[in-house]
This record gives sequence, C-alpha cells and structure tokens, in this order.
Amino acid sequence: MSTPTNALTAVQIAAGVRSGQLKAVDVLEQHLARIDTREGEIHAFNLVLADQARAAAAAIDAAVAAGNDPGPLAGVPVALKDNMCTHGVPTTCSSKILDGWKPPYDATVVSRLNAAGAVTVGKTNLDEFAMGSSTENSAFGPTRNPHDITRVPGGSSGGSAAAVAAGFASVSLGSDTGGSIRQPAALCGVVGVKPTYGYVSRYGLVAFASSLDQIGPFTNTVQDSALLLDVIGGHDPMDSTSIPAAQPSLMAALDQGVEGLRVGRITDLPEGADPDVVERLEAAFDALRAAGATIVDVQVPAFSYGLTAYYLIAPAEASSNLARYDGVRYGLRVNAADTNAMYGVTRAAGFGEEVKRRIMLGTYALSAGYYDAYYGKALKVRRMIADDFDRAYQQADVLLTPTSPTVAFPFGAKGDNPFAMYLCDVYTIPTNLAGHPGMSVPFGTGAGGLPVGVQILAGTLGEPQMFRAGAALERAMGAAK
Amino acid sequence: MKVAKLARLDLDPETIERTTEQLAGMLEHFADIDALDLRDVQPMNQPYPLVNVFREDIIVAGLDRTEVLAAAPDADDGRFRVPPILGLDS
Repeated sequence: MSTPTNALTAVQIAAGVRSGQLKAVDVLEQHLARIDTREGEIHAFNLVLADQARAAAAAIDAAVAAGNDPGPLAGVPVALKDNMCTHGVPTTCSSKILDGWKPPYDATVVSRLNAAGAVTVGKTNLDEFAMGSSTENSAFGPTRNPHDITRVPGGSSGGSAAAVAAGFASVSLGSDTGGSIRQPAALCGVVGVKPTYGYVSRYGLVAFASSLDQIGPFTNTVQDSALLLDVIGGHDPMDSTSIPAAQPSLMAALDQGVEGLRVGRITDLPEGADPDVVERLEAAFDALRAAGATIVDVQVPAFSYGLTAYYLIAPAEASSNLARYDGVRYGLRVNAADTNAMYGVTRAAGFGEEVKRRIMLGTYALSAGYYDAYYGKALKVRRMIADDFDRAYQQADVLLTPTSPTVAFPFGAKGDNPFAMYLCDVYTIPTNLAGHPGMSVPFGTGAGGLPVGVQILAGTLGEPQMFRAGAALERAMGAAK
Repeated sequence: MKVAKLARLDLDPETIERTTEQLAGMLEHFADIDALDLRDVQPMNQPYPLVNVFREDIIVAGLDRTEVLAAAPDADDGRFRVPPILGLDS
C-alpha cells in the first residue's frame, strides 16, 4: 500500500492549522483511525499515546482560536523512536531491561517538537537499543513492512519508518548509528535523513555508540524533512558534541535546483547491490543530469573497510554505554546474593541476544592485549575513510549510492548469521564513521514492486546541497508519475 | 568466558559456546583491515573536532530526586538500595 491519497504533507498540515483552515484534532483523528485499522498487523508502536495526543491537539486548536501561533509544526502528528526520552512516558529501547521505565526528563528533540506545536502520537518499535537492520531484534516483537507484511521494514528505526509509510503519523524521528534511519526509509518508501554529526542534539537519546549516533527525520517529502530539521537542529548546550554554529534553513535551500551541482559516482563502491537497486541508482544519475547537474567519477578506496571499522568501534562504544544498565538506578533488577552477582544475572536476563553479542564483541575489542589489534586499528581505518571522503568532496558536492543493497527482505531471511544482517548497512555505515550527512530518497520500485531508495551523501554540513539533490530526485519521480 | 565476565553477563555454557563461535566468525571477516599500512595514520575518535566546553557557573535545577528514586528497582531513605557489596563475592 502507498501513502493515503488524502494525506497532506507536514508543511501543508502546519500551514492549515496555523491559519485556522484545518483543526489539529481532525488531523489527529484521521491518523488515529489509520492506527486503529492497521496497527494490529504492522506493530509500528511500542506505545500509542491517543489521550495525550488528543489533549495536545485540542490545546493547539485553542491557541489558534485565541490568536496565538502554535509554531512551525502546528498540529503535525509525529511518532518518536522509543529510544528518545519522554518525561513521564515509558521509554523502553525495545528492551526488557528498560521495560516500564519513565524518564525524568524530555530529550531536547522532544522539547523542540513540543515547542513547535507537534503532536506526539506514540513511541515506535526498534531493534533493541537500535542494534539491527530489520526490527526483528525487538523484545516486543517485530514491526512489519506496510508495503508487504511478510517482509521487514528495515531497522533499527523500523517502527518510525513504518509509522510514516502507513500514515500513522505525518512524520517521525529515528536515530542513525550505521544506517538506522536511511535503510528503513528505503525499505518503507519514505524519506529518511541522517544529519551531520552534531547537527541535532543527542541529549535524551539513549546512547548506543556516542561518536556515531545522530537523530533525524522520516517524512513523506524532502520538504517535510527540511522543515523538521529546521525545528530540531541547532546548538544545544546540553550536548557537548552539538555544533555551536547556527545552521542555515534547509527549507530555503530546496528552491535552488541542481544546476551546476557536482554529483559524484563512486567508481570503487563495494559490489553486492541487487540489479533492480542498481537500475534505480542509474536512473537517479540520469534524472540529476537531466535536471542540470554534472556527474563526476570519484574514488573512496577505504569505503569497503567501513563495515569492519564500524563493527569494532560501535560495539566498543556500546559495551561502555550499556554498562549503565546495572539494576541499580532504573529498569530491571534480578536479585542475587551480592551486587556483583546481581549485575550478571540482571544483564543476562534483560538484554536480548544481539545486544549481548555486541557487548561481548566490544568488550573483547577493548580488552587488554587486543585493544591495539582491534579498536585501535579500527580508529585509524576510520580516519582513512574520512580522509578519502574529504578528497572525493573536493571533486563532487554530493555522492550517490544505493541506500540498501536489496529491497525489503522476508522475516528470518538473514537466519542466525549476524554478519549477513550487518551487510545490509554496507552503503550507509561509512558516512557515520566520517560524521557526514546522508539521506535516502524513495526513487521508484524494484523486485516485487517494493520501494527502492537512493542515498545522497555530502561532506560535513553539506545538508543544503544534499537537500537540493533530494528535492530534484523527488521532482523527477513526481514528473514520471 | 572471560569476556562475558568482564561484560558482567552471567551466561549459560551453551550461550557462551555459540557466541564464541559467532565472534570468531566475525573476527575472520574483520581481518580485511590487517593488510592496511596504518603506521602513519592518526586514530579518529570522533567526527567533529572538539574543544573543551566551558560554561558560566550558573546554578540550575537538577532532576527531581523523588521522581528519580521512584524509577529505581529498590530505594530507601533517599538512596539507591543494592544487595550486599562486600563479603559474598564468589
């Protein structure tokens, strides 16, 4: 199924609500009705906040009636990945170890959405602690792809991608550590953006790998993603890695077109993408060329080492970050005779298999005697990847690659081979290591009529160029319809 | 086994055996970087060049203690309560 034909974009909803032509409560009820109809088979949410959302929407309408402006996201129904802290509202990370935990504060992105008039409809499902590429690793059961419920929505932000694709929310937020926004966006046929590291505050985002994690939007249109990033982006004193400079409006960049934009083709990109995905990528190059962009060949030799560097660095950081789940301050505790034994049985009972695997991999990579051989070496490869990208961005403004090597795959397709699952992110991971932005834009369909996404990459703070290219691809798709 | 202990994960022998096998398989894949000459490459810890962040020493409200302690598995008299720490370590 595709987006409901009567659906308005977030930009249109906000404009309608602000002008009084639309009621936020009516917009919300339409989304809640779709949740009622299809959430049972999709399972996009860990928690639907219908009552809270109704109260918020009514308050927005009251503000408009009183002559006040509720803000740039007035009445826009938004879904939040369930690893973003919401004050007094359960935040689980789809893990048994946090089941029932109510954070004592809001994440910065949540505060900014609320201040902009957005209406939160629920907390979405994810691979436990955002570790996975299919949302199969959730302690609360998998999310299904709205386009074909026998297939995965991608991951780890599968619930947020499915919520937008199914019309449960107008927009949603996810987090992307190695592709967890872009890959599910591609598999669910929506736009997904991972901004430059430091563009969006991580305060209140439950940490997985702190040097890689970034929050970003899922939307039906490129313009909606620009609107959302204009709201949630920008400096936050609560996150010491937040970029201190003000960011230019991405909404303003959209109108600039791609005339003269240099679009890079990575000639030494790792192989392995399915033919239907490659065909759509080629069509995307053609579309940008037709829109006035110049296609240039570039090389990123270290790209292919991204997977190895990532699967040493991310688990190493995770093993440290997840040490906080110790049964003392929040979440699950399994009692034992002494505190040390309590740690071991609590963590064994609370974490799922993939999380345990990554904690152990990371612990090993950091352990005495192996640090230099694994973690230390991975950090050097990370530098090589970033340097190679920087050289490529001297020749090209943006790079185009597949987002995912395949369309959405059936449940269980990766079996119990962790490495097969890791390969889903071969094209998205290097960007996280470099700290650069990337976005996935739906660009037609592949095998079985399933959505295919094209990935646009840019250098540090290259969001305006990236959005220009994304908007051009979207226009080309619109013209082809 | 040692790694599971370091990671404070009390796993059964079967899980340890399966995980050891899987980790060994992954480390084989990761051997692709062994051939790289990395002698002159500086390690990259984070993407954005960080400087120390200072702020004015202004007192702001912290988290509500009652609310924080209410989320704990066990709390007593304004503090987190844990099982015995000393004397029972196996």
